[in-house]
Amino acid sequence: MLVLTRKKAEAIKIGKDIEISIISIEGEQVKIGINAPKSIDIYRKEIYEEIQLQNSEAMKVPENVISLLQNKE
Amino acid sequence: MYMLQLLTKHLGQIEIDQNKVLQFEFGLPGFIDENEFVIIDLPENEVIKILQSTKTPDIAFFITNPHYFNMDYEFSLDDATIEMLDIENENDVIIYSIMTVKDPFKDSTINLQAPIIINYRKRIGKQYIINDPSLDIRYSISSLSKKGSE
Repeated sequence: MLVLTRKKAEAIKIGKDIEISIISIEGEQVKIGINAPKSIDIYRKEIYEEIQLQNSEAMKVPENVISLLQNKE
Repeated sequence: MYMLQLLTKHLGQIEIDQNKVLQFEFGLPGFIDENEFVIIDLPENEVIKILQSTKTPDIAFFITNPHYFNMDYEFSLDDATIEMLDIENENDVIIYSIMTVKDPFKDSTINLQAPIIINYRKRIGKQYIINDPSLDIRYSISSLSKKGSE
């Protein structure tokens, strides 16, 4: 992993389209600004991972799932 | 109309209209290589449907339209998503929540934080992650009641 040290108001360019800037630093919290093309989805990693996990969970269905769902409204 | 033979996870071999295929350009979180899905009706259930991958028979989700229920659930899409889904008119958009089905059924949950957004006019869809941590990823269906049933 590439590690760079940046100060407040400094930024990092990734390729020609993505810019990540340090907006503020307060104790343990860093506020980050991201400029990227709209086609790129940006997520907080832990939320993305939790959605991944729940999607996998949703795939594991009880064996009798179809009868379970019939007439359930 | 060109019909497609499709092997499904829960309903065996079925025939679907090719025009019903939905493109998910970036797949779904955890399933990023699944780019084509169809929505299949479930026999004897008007509320729950199946989002079935056309590529992998084993990949299918149960989904429901959250607007069937008495529940405050409103959110806005970000500009990137509106652009990606080529949304011109709100009426072209349909929303589903992925359901995690459990036995007994009352233990099932729906994911309110990451709904499936479909522009059905353009036949494109995406699982959209709403930037609101208060929305429940595992919202209990036992707290839902069907509209008009109260």
